[in-house]
Amino acid sequence: METYVRTIKYEKELDRSFTKEILSIPGCEGLTNCIQCGTCSGTCPVSIYMDYPPRRIIAMVREGFKDEVLSSKTIWLCASCYACTVECPQNIKITDIMYALKRIAMRERRYPKGFPIPILAKAFFDIVSNKGRQTESKLVMNVWLKISLLKILKNSLFGLKLLRKGKLHFKEEKIKDRESLKLLLEEVKK
Amino acid sequence: MDKIKGNGEIRVGVYICHCGTNIAGRVNIKEVVEFASKLPYVVVSREYKYMCSDPGQELIKNDIKELKLNRIVVASCSPHLHEHTFRKACEDAGLNPFNFQMANIREHVSWVTKESKEATEKAKAMVRAAVYRVVFHESLERKSQEINPNVLVIGGGIAGISASLVVADSGKKVYLVEREPSIGGHMAKFDKTFPTLDCASCILTPKMTQVKDHPNIELFTYSEIEEVDGYVGNFKVKIRKRARYVDVEKCVGCYACIEACVYKEGKFPDEFNEGLSKRKPIYIPFPQAVPLAAVIDPATCIQFLSGKCKRSCQQACERGAIDFDMRDEIVEVQVGAIIVATGFKTFDPSRIPQYGYGRYQNVYKSIEIERLVNSSGPTGGEVILRDGRKPQSVGIIHCVGSRDKNYNIWCSRVCCMYSLKLAHLIKERTHAEVYCFYIDMRTPGKGYEEFYHKLMEEGVHFIRGKVAEVTDWAITPEEEGKLVIRVEDTLIGVVRRIPVDMVVLAVGLEPQPDADEIRRLLNISCSKEGWFLERHPKLAPVSTFTDGVFIAGACQGPKDIPDTVAQAEAAAAEALSLIDRKKIELEPNTAWIDEEKCSGCHICIGLCPYSAISYNEERKIAVINEALCKGCGVCVAACPSKAAQQRLFLDDQIYAEIEGALL
Amino acid sequence: MRENRKYFYYPGCSLKGTSLAYEKSLLAVFKYLGFEAPELPDWNCCGATSYMSIDEMSAFSLAVRNLAIAEKEKRDIVAPCSACYMVLNKAKKYVEEYEGVKDVIFKGLEKIGLKEHFKGDVKVRHPLDIFINEIGIENIKAKIKRKLNGVRVFSYYGCLLVRPFTDFDNPRYPTMLDNLVSATGAETIESALKTKCCGGSLTGTLENVGLRLSYLILKEAKRKGAHLIVTVCPLCQFNLEAYQDRMEKIFHDKLGIPVIFFTQILGVAFEIDGKELGFNHSLIYPDILYQKALV
Repeated sequence: METYVRTIKYEKELDRSFTKEILSIPGCEGLTNCIQCGTCSGTCPVSIYMDYPPRRIIAMVREGFKDEVLSSKTIWLCASCYACTVECPQNIKITDIMYALKRIAMRERRYPKGFPIPILAKAFFDIVSNKGRQTESKLVMNVWLKISLLKILKNSLFGLKLLRKGKLHFKEEKIKDRESLKLLLEEVKK
Repeated sequence: MDKIKGNGEIRVGVYICHCGTNIAGRVNIKEVVEFASKLPYVVVSREYKYMCSDPGQELIKNDIKELKLNRIVVASCSPHLHEHTFRKACEDAGLNPFNFQMANIREHVSWVTKESKEATEKAKAMVRAAVYRVVFHESLERKSQEINPNVLVIGGGIAGISASLVVADSGKKVYLVEREPSIGGHMAKFDKTFPTLDCASCILTPKMTQVKDHPNIELFTYSEIEEVDGYVGNFKVKIRKRARYVDVEKCVGCYACIEACVYKEGKFPDEFNEGLSKRKPIYIPFPQAVPLAAVIDPATCIQFLSGKCKRSCQQACERGAIDFDMRDEIVEVQVGAIIVATGFKTFDPSRIPQYGYGRYQNVYKSIEIERLVNSSGPTGGEVILRDGRKPQSVGIIHCVGSRDKNYNIWCSRVCCMYSLKLAHLIKERTHAEVYCFYIDMRTPGKGYEEFYHKLMEEGVHFIRGKVAEVTDWAITPEEEGKLVIRVEDTLIGVVRRIPVDMVVLAVGLEPQPDADEIRRLLNISCSKEGWFLERHPKLAPVSTFTDGVFIAGACQGPKDIPDTVAQAEAAAAEALSLIDRKKIELEPNTAWIDEEKCSGCHICIGLCPYSAISYNEERKIAVINEALCKGCGVCVAACPSKAAQQRLFLDDQIYAEIEGALL
Repeated sequence: MRENRKYFYYPGCSLKGTSLAYEKSLLAVFKYLGFEAPELPDWNCCGATSYMSIDEMSAFSLAVRNLAIAEKEKRDIVAPCSACYMVLNKAKKYVEEYEGVKDVIFKGLEKIGLKEHFKGDVKVRHPLDIFINEIGIENIKAKIKRKLNGVRVFSYYGCLLVRPFTDFDNPRYPTMLDNLVSATGAETIESALKTKCCGGSLTGTLENVGLRLSYLILKEAKRKGAHLIVTVCPLCQFNLEAYQDRMEKIFHDKLGIPVIFFTQILGVAFEIDGKELGFNHSLIYPDILYQKALV
């Protein structure tokens, strides 16, 4: 038997506190001004791959469609090129809103499983938090280990090419005063 | 309060207005009435639902008669709205109207205070201030002045033309000043007008001719306002008639000079055709120009550039109309009222680089298309691209420069409708596929929505979405050689790329670049965007805060032709109603100089914005011309020896008011 | 008035990794022009785009630590990587504009003894801005030894240099890189894609998405007849150059377009040795720049 997906939305399914939280984040205050013109989606280089274009994300955040927004791939596809933010006729900082949504999705572990972008973000975060600098080779290995070993094999030739041209090295980059960096990060996270 | 002057017994009546729930909803009226009744000199304290209503005014009138009141305080709304009403009520009851004071407990209290208790306290303080002040008020007389019956109209577009004709038809003299070589304004450039699609020049040119032939209209074209002096009823205006190097009286518009010009072909961008054709240094802006007279552009004429031209134009003119030695001329006129109808400018789309105007030659602004579709335009009404091809697909982008905080925040009101008109005309002339890209379709107006429906039936594609970019970036073979419009079709939720041959940018309306100069000349106000400000957005839409100066048309804000004409004729009616009064009563709140105290220091003279103060060399004191004084109080505040004083703003009155407000 | 400020060079992680060629050529050109900018002492990663996705305040604090170190020495920062440039400028602006951000960040700076050194006075500038507005295009022209006439260059700005915090060029239609490249005698190509995103880190995470974005830029450069692409950003350079053979397979198109840093093309015009300019790191060598016909 055919099944039909019900798409009606009841008020009680919406989360207005989600909208309020977003509005309280620096850079997200313009959210309610959206006139739904679609400049963001039209300007965005990756909107054509998104499950919801940025315009619809804004509309959904504004109305408290928390589940749809946090589980969408859209927020992770955003490459933060800021084109939408510059062009928005209402000066809404859409890139900042996308960042805020990514952070909440990470906090609530709502991001799509096995999706490589949040994994990269987390790996990047961990290395820099500890060492103060990024080592590109290490970052790539950490990400690929988490996604698939196959990818390492597939990319080994590519890696070799880079290695040969001195574009990749395995020397770990780090800052000297890691102690104070640790203090700083702990303090601002309180 | 003790040192009151002894001119008889003071008897104050206080009236607190509810203004429906506007005031009573927040201010505890009973408490304020009770409070006021106990203030010194107060004989009666009352409340009423609407003090401005007839029964409200009757209340005041009866009390004046029966209780022998000689001072009145009304606590209600802003004096802007009803000071006049209550002064009149006092006068009707035989009390000098200046023994009245108003306390604004609506705009200043109930509308802006959250807590009821706070609001009530503030209302009390303001009532007390008014009572303390009114005690010191004196009877004053209004002076009256004759009104000059002539009217100046600035701007010769459809607004200025309409206003001039109404005023002139009533038998009054009109001076119409236009900056360009011909009257007609933007409307003269249009082919058709929405939504009726009647021919713009068929309805405009008869009016232009009427202006030219009207015995009561004196037309100044190629002229600008240089200086405005005086005040309502008695303005002195200097007009600069720019040298046009052709005598308008002698020229009959025969084109002989233009044909004889040493330039065989037009070489310079033709302003009237938006640069889509070329003109010579000597030209007539368009065939229906009024006046139909040539003009020489000294910036491109060889005679002016080098002094070594054959002057073949001059030789060709049988009537000797061409005069290379012509100079600018200043003409002074006197008028009683001024109508400002200076219009708008179109948004410059090169400010939005992603739409490619100025980089891609097939991107046009809408006003250029108006010329292309015009049968007397550069292509004789044919819609063709710059390379001569006929477009097979055309994209019209709405809201260019409008509804966008990066450019102009306002909706320009006319673009949706003129875009629909152009869509229709382009489709009619080319049978091209036409796409309209809009954010919201705004068609409020008589017959406007119906016009939109007609266009839908004609098969225009309506795509809801603000265009992200216009590029020459071809991804697919079909896109090669085309302009590609990238937009989210927001109703479908999909990004589309639409290749077209021609892009039309529906540019918005902006204030004239020199609106601020006009504003300063006439001492009127602008909104922060630069549109001239009306006295009240609903109830005084063509008046300004300067008496005797009226505004009409798009200089006040974007509007279409019907609204412009309606406003222009309203402004004409207002001006006529003013000058038909023949005399004007001046407010008595003028300043004067106490001769005993004046040290002749000159400080006030330089500060007076109305040049109303002069220095009397014999007596070595400053003298104020009360006919020129507008009662701004600058001299009073600046005078170091308290010699400058102002009626209705005497020190006693102001100190008492402050005391009342602070107690 | 700010006195004549001195500068620190802030490399960021990429210039020590995949984009050594950028560091080498930048420093070589700075040296040639007599512009001094020692490396910022004990600099840390700016946080890039990933950090902001995890925690906002830590992201701002990472960036501000660098700003405070520079301000302590009363020097401005030159940041050649577009992401670093944007992130550092954004942190500075948000600390300025949002009380909430300022309070938290200053608390953190206090903990590590940098609070009193940071007033938000430091400027973060890109070398392109320095070349155009500090050194001046006329001075650069005067020092050019080898005119690159006949070379057709697609000058590619990418995204984060021009928006949203840049004040030295038009974010919608920048021209500074074109002006600088033209100064070498090369011809620049007008294109709507000059500020389009290269795909950023998507080339590594969602290959089919990221590579297509990079490919479209290469394809357009080829369509417009460019000999090479000149860029100002390490990630753009990497994406556009390193994946070309992969793109050729996916999109069945012949590419092979050299993608170099703007400091490299300047270096060639200054006749600085190719090795000093980091051309040994090139995957697609820009032969055209050394063709005899040009000289």
